[in-house]
Amino acid sequence: MSQARDTILGAVREALRRGPPDNATRASLDEKRFDHTRPSQDDDPVERFIRKFESRAGTVGRVATLGDVPAEVDQHRARFDLPKRAAVGNALKALDWPSDWTVHHGAAPIEETLSVSLASAGIAETGSVLLASGPDSPTTHNFVPDDQVVVLPVEHIVRWFEEAWDRLRQREGGMPRATNIVSGPSRTADVEQTVQLGAHGPRRVHVILVG
Amino acid sequence: MNDPSKRRPRVGLFATCLMNVFRPNIGFSAVKLLEDAGCTVEVPAQQTCCGQPGYNSGDFDAAQALARQVIAAFEGFDYVVGPSGSCMATIRYDYPEMFADDPDWRTRAQSLAGKSFELLSFLHDELGVDRVGARLKTKATYHDSCSGLRSLGIKGQPRALLATVEGLKLKEMQDTEVCCGFGGTFCVKYPEISEKMVDDKIRNLLATGADTLLGGDLGCLMNIAGRLKRINAPVKVFHTAEVLAGMADGPGIGDAPQETR
Amino acid sequence: MEMRSAEFKTRSVFAIHDGGLQKAMGMLRDGFVAKRTVQAAELPEFEQLREEAKNLKNHILDNLDHYLERYEAAVTAAGGQVHWARDAAEAREIILGICHRVGAKIVTKGKSMVSEEIGLNEALIEKGMEVVETDLGEYIIQLADEPPSHIIAPAVHKTKDQVSDLFEEAHGGPRKTTVPDLVNEARQVLREKYFKADVGITGGNYLVAETGSSVIVTNEGNGDLTQTLARVHIVTSGIERVVPRLEDVTLFLRLLARSATGQETETYTTFSTGPRRPDDLDGPQEYHVVLVDNGRSKMLAGRFRDMLRCIRCGACMNHCPVYGSIGGHAYGWVYPGPMGSVLTPLIKGLDNAYDLPNACTLNGRCGSVCPVKIPLPDLLRELRHLQHKQKITPSLQRHALSVWRFAATRPGLYHFGERIAARILAFAGRKKGRLRKAPLASAWTDSRDLPAPSGRTFLEQWQSQRGKS
Repeated sequence: MSQARDTILGAVREALRRGPPDNATRASLDEKRFDHTRPSQDDDPVERFIRKFESRAGTVGRVATLGDVPAEVDQHRARFDLPKRAAVGNALKALDWPSDWTVHHGAAPIEETLSVSLASAGIAETGSVLLASGPDSPTTHNFVPDDQVVVLPVEHIVRWFEEAWDRLRQREGGMPRATNIVSGPSRTADVEQTVQLGAHGPRRVHVILVG
Repeated sequence: MNDPSKRRPRVGLFATCLMNVFRPNIGFSAVKLLEDAGCTVEVPAQQTCCGQPGYNSGDFDAAQALARQVIAAFEGFDYVVGPSGSCMATIRYDYPEMFADDPDWRTRAQSLAGKSFELLSFLHDELGVDRVGARLKTKATYHDSCSGLRSLGIKGQPRALLATVEGLKLKEMQDTEVCCGFGGTFCVKYPEISEKMVDDKIRNLLATGADTLLGGDLGCLMNIAGRLKRINAPVKVFHTAEVLAGMADGPGIGDAPQETR
Repeated sequence: MEMRSAEFKTRSVFAIHDGGLQKAMGMLRDGFVAKRTVQAAELPEFEQLREEAKNLKNHILDNLDHYLERYEAAVTAAGGQVHWARDAAEAREIILGICHRVGAKIVTKGKSMVSEEIGLNEALIEKGMEVVETDLGEYIIQLADEPPSHIIAPAVHKTKDQVSDLFEEAHGGPRKTTVPDLVNEARQVLREKYFKADVGITGGNYLVAETGSSVIVTNEGNGDLTQTLARVHIVTSGIERVVPRLEDVTLFLRLLARSATGQETETYTTFSTGPRRPDDLDGPQEYHVVLVDNGRSKMLAGRFRDMLRCIRCGACMNHCPVYGSIGGHAYGWVYPGPMGSVLTPLIKGLDNAYDLPNACTLNGRCGSVCPVKIPLPDLLRELRHLQHKQKITPSLQRHALSVWRFAATRPGLYHFGERIAARILAFAGRKKGRLRKAPLASAWTDSRDLPAPSGRTFLEQWQSQRGKS
C-alpha cells in the first residue's frame, strides 16, 4: 500500500502510543454495538410520518392499493399542470399508467418533469422516505425532475432510522450504491436566510401512502 | 475541625481585585448578607488575585503561583465565598485543572474548589436563604455574566432573591446570556469588537425600559456602566449583592457621588 | 487558499463598520440561534445524545487506525478506491491526477470544507479546468471570489442586493431582485453544469466503516446532483470522520441538523457506496475517496485531541458573540469562529494566527452548545499557553504579566499598589464618579468611561473597622 497510508496510520498509532491492534482487539471492535438513545415517540408511526413530512412542505396522499397509484399521480400532475410524461421506476412498471402519457423507466434526463419511484422505507421519527438506488428507484428520479412522487406502502414505515438500517442489511446486495433519505422538497436559505423551495432538486415532493 | 453544621460557618471572603479597588461597597454588601445568614466572615490579608488574568493570557506558571497563594490563604476556612462568578469559577473549576500534573497541589486545589462558592449561589443553594429584607423601588434588568452562568450554573439564584426585594420589578432583556464584551484583557486587546458587543448588550438593555442594570461580576458591570455613561444613557448599574443587602442607596457604578437615589 | 489570519485586527474593524455585513449577521443570530433553541428544547433526549456523541467520538479516536482500515476495505469491496493524503499538497496531487486521467474539463463541487482547506479550486483552475461550486452559498462566493465566511452558510455575509449584483454580472441581465428569482436563476445555470460535469467532488460528513459509505447532508440536493451525474465522484474527507456503523451515523445526524441550522433533519441525507453497479441506470462510473490527514494525526497526540470530535455543524460560530460581531472573513482562513480559532493555528501554525485564540472573551457559549462537547474555551486558552511558552505573545504583554506576577505574589506590595491606584483614580474622578481618560487605559477609555473608585480600598476599610486577620 501507499507510503502515505503507512505514514498516516503510523502517525495515528504513535499518537495513540501503541502499535497496530491485535486480532482479538479488532474482533471485539468489530463486534461492538452502541445502543444509542432514540428520541422517544408516543404517537402512531403513520400519523407521525405524515405530520413530520408535511411540516417541511412535503405533501402526502393515501390510496388503498398499488393499483390506485396512477390516478393519484395524475391528480398531482393535473394540479400543477404538468406535461403528461413521467419517469417511473421499474417496480411500478406493471401499473396501469394512463394511455395518453409518455412513460419511461430509465434515469431522469435533464428535461424530465415528473418521477415516480418506490421507497424502501418511511421513517416516522423525522418523516423521511428512504430510496435505494437501482432500477426500481434510479437516483436521478430523486433530484432531477421538478416534481417527485414517492410511493410508500404503509407497512414500510418504521419508527426509527435504526430499523431502516436493519432492512437495508437484509436486502439482497446489502447497502445500495446510493441510499437517499429525502425529507421534503429541495430548499435553500442561502440568500438572507430566506427559505426558498426548489433550490436544485424537486420543487414538490408528494408521497403516496399505499394501504 | 468542628462540624460546620453545628456552629456558625466560618467564611473566608474572597475580595476580588476590582471590588477591592473600585467598589468596596460590594464587599461590605457581601459581608452583610453572609453575616445575616449566620456566617462568621473573615478577610485574609494574604490574598491578592485569583490568578485568572495570567491563566487566561496563557501564563500558566504565574496562574499557578497565584493559585498556591490563594489555596494557602483560604484552606483553613469552612467556605471561601466571593462576590464574582468569574473569580470563583477560576477557583472552583480551573484550579484543579491547573495542577493536573502535581498530585499534592491538585488534592489541595480540589479540596478548596469543593468549598468555594460565588456569593449568591452560596447563600441560596448552600445556606438555603430564600429571601432578603431589602427594598428598592426600581425597574431592573439582570445581565448573566458568562463564567458564573456557564461554569457555576448561576441563573435562578439571583433572580429568586431579587424577587423578594420589595419594590423591585425585574424585566428580562433579550440575549441576557450573551457576553457583554468585557472578557478581562479582551476588552483592551480588541477594543473595537468589545465596543460592538457592549453596544449590542446596551441596545437590549435599553429596550426593556429598565432604569437599573444588575449583575454579579464587577468587570462586566464596569464595562457596561462605562459605556452607558459614555453615551449618556440614564441607567444605574449595581452589583446584585448591593441591592440584596439594601446597600444600593448610594451612587451607582460610574455615577457621581451626588447622584444618589 | 491565501492565509490572512495575521490581518485579523484590521479586518475585524472593517467588518464592524460594514453595514451590509452587520445586517446579514443580525439575521444569522435571529435565524440559526433561535431555531436551534427550539429544536433542542423539543427533543428531551438532546443532552443525553450530546454525551453519547462525545463518548462515541472518543471511542472512534481511540481506535482510529482500525476503523480507517475497516473503512478502506469496505470501500474497496464496493468497487471504490481510497487514497491517503498526508497534507494539502498531496491531496491536491491525487485529485489532479484523477482529473487528468479521466480528461476532466468541467468539475462540479458540492460543499466541502476539506476542499477549501486543501485549496483545491485554485489548483484545478490553474490546470485549466472549469470548477463550479454548486451549493448556492458557495456559488455566490465563488462569483464574488471570496472564501466562505461560515462553514455551513458560506455566503451568510452577503445581502440580497449584493447577490443580485453578482448574478447580473455573471449571468447577464435582466437583474433579479427577489429571492425566488435569484434562486431560480442559479438553478437553471447550475443544472446545465451537473449534466456536463466530468468529475463531481463532494465532502464526506461521515465515512461508515461497516459499509464503506460516505455520507453527505444537504438541504439543496446539489451534492447529490454533483455526485450522481458526473462520470467520476471524488469524496474529500478528513481521517477523523470515520464512524463504525450506520447506527452511529444516526446518533450524529440527530445532533447535526438541530445544531447547525435548527432543523430536525436536513432535506437530504445520502449514503454513497461505490460506483455504478451493473443494473444501475445512473450514478458515477468511478468512486474515489481522498482521506486527508493535514495535521489531524498530530492533533490526536496531545491536548487538542478533543478538537477531532468536531462534526462541522457551525453551532459554535452561530453562538459566538465575537463571530456575530465581525463575521467569518476576519478570521482569515477557511474555518472561522471558535472551532476555526482552534483549528487554524493548529493546521497553519501558532504564529500565523496569533489573534485567533486571543480574540475571545472565554464566555463559554460555544462549548455549551457544541453537540460533541468540545471544551472550546479550554482549547483556546491552551493555545494561548503555547503561544506564551513559545514567546509568540507580544513582549509588552509578557512584561506586563511579569510585573503583575511579581506584585500579586507579594500581598503587601499588591495592596499598597491598589491603595495608591484607588486614591489617584478617585481623585481624578471625584466630581463625576468616572473618568473620560485615564493614563495607560486608552483602549478602555476610547469607547467607555472608567468608573472611579471612592478612595479607600475594601481591605483598607475592613482592616480599620475589624482589624487584620
